[in-house]
Amino acid sequence: HLATSLPLPSERDHLRPRIDMIVFMIDIKSKYSLKNVEASLAYVDASFFLGKVCFLVTGVGRVNCCSIEMNAVWKLGEIYCSPVLFCELEMEGIRVATAQRLLRMLQICAGHVPGVSALSFGSLMRNSAND
Amino acid sequence: MDETVAEYIRRTVLKIPRDEIKPMLQKWGFLSEAQLQTINFHQLKDNISQDVVQLCEENSADIKQAAVLDIIYNHTYPNKRVWSVYQMNKTGEEMDFFDLTDFKKKIKRQLRSALKNVTITFREYEDNAIWIRIAWGTPYTKPNQYKTSYVVYHSQTPYVFISASMLKSNLPLLCQALVVASNYHDIREMELRSHSLNSLKDIVFKRYSQNFQTYYPKPLQERDVAPESDLRIIQENKNEKERIERVNREIFGDGPQPKLEFAQYKLETMFKSDPKRDVLDKKEPFRCLVKFSSPHLLESLKSLAPAGMADAPLSPLLTCIPQKARNYFKIREKKGLFPGSFVSP
Repeated sequence: HLATSLPLPSERDHLRPRIDMIVFMIDIKSKYSLKNVEASLAYVDASFFLGKVCFLVTGVGRVNCCSIEMNAVWKLGEIYCSPVLFCELEMEGIRVATAQRLLRMLQICAGHVPGVSALSFGSLMRNSAND
Repeated sequence: MDETVAEYIRRTVLKIPRDEIKPMLQKWGFLSEAQLQTINFHQLKDNISQDVVQLCEENSADIKQAAVLDIIYNHTYPNKRVWSVYQMNKTGEEMDFFDLTDFKKKIKRQLRSALKNVTITFREYEDNAIWIRIAWGTPYTKPNQYKTSYVVYHSQTPYVFISASMLKSNLPLLCQALVVASNYHDIREMELRSHSLNSLKDIVFKRYSQNFQTYYPKPLQERDVAPESDLRIIQENKNEKERIERVNREIFGDGPQPKLEFAQYKLETMFKSDPKRDVLDKKEPFRCLVKFSSPHLLESLKSLAPAGMADAPLSPLLTCIPQKARNYFKIREKKGLFPGSFVSP
């Protein structure tokens, strides 16, 4: 499901399945995209932040067009205890690899991987990021 | 052949892209087909132009023929210049029969009586377009062939497209000559400028797709959006997306937009602040210039809302550009009952 912001339109509530994972996409070229994500976070139930939320920063191939403060993004990941991933959508290889990573995370969040919970995976990612 | 003419022809040929040199010389018609056959168009452009000059020497070219080649070049590549649009008015409704010869004679007479040294060249094209090339001199100096003005006049319309050169001082004289020669009373500059001559024509001749008010609902088949890329992707904000598309289509129409590079808004409005935080002592209007620039301004405005970068509908100050046929605006304070601003004519 793709949405431009949260909250989701209520008229589709009855059509929506259970939400297992939320990926917030931040375009490195757009200050507005970061603001939008920050505003949308307020509408997410606290239980999602136990490993079911992730931030995806896109457009990192064009570092010279960077409009957002990277510190702000790191801080966001810290405050909301969620991993921050980076990718470049315009390059097919990276796009596919990122999609595979997200899919793997989604499998864990949906409970399809026995022995690994979203929370344990989330803390694993956080610890390895801090190393 | 005059050295200056030779140099001018050489430089003009150098401007032409290599593959277009032969067709353009053929259009020019000054060199015979046999002569053109002797030129090797696959060599360096420097050498091609030398060969052309050589042949022109044989034919004793003068500045008049060289000027025609320049007109042909500018007619083929009009977008290298900036064009302004002027509108002429006449107070009567009589449609005078347009006499081309008379028009040309009057222009020449008007310009030559003011400045003895001008090179004036005319060329007519399809759709009643008359191209005029003017190289300006003074009563004491020869015309400068490199600082030329171009005028495109469609005789069945009151519109003139002028690409003036640096010599702005000759503009009033040129305008006067046009008014007299075409039997109008006066001429005013519309605040409309662009590199794309055809787009300017599209705007003033209303040839672009406009947003007509349709009172019938769109038939259901038409509402079929482009096939979804993947049925597994669900757009949560589909309603909003469709609303934006619809509003955009109503404002901009379906077809391609005319090509403009700038929109400029000169603000002379009062600074409105919280009365408690009175920043300015003097109640003077704030002077501010806002300029939008883009390789294709209207298309980029059209894509702002669908790209999520602006709300739909856009401000009418931006969307009125083709209808008002202007892209330079002055916004002043509206005096009277309603605080706000209005766009001056």
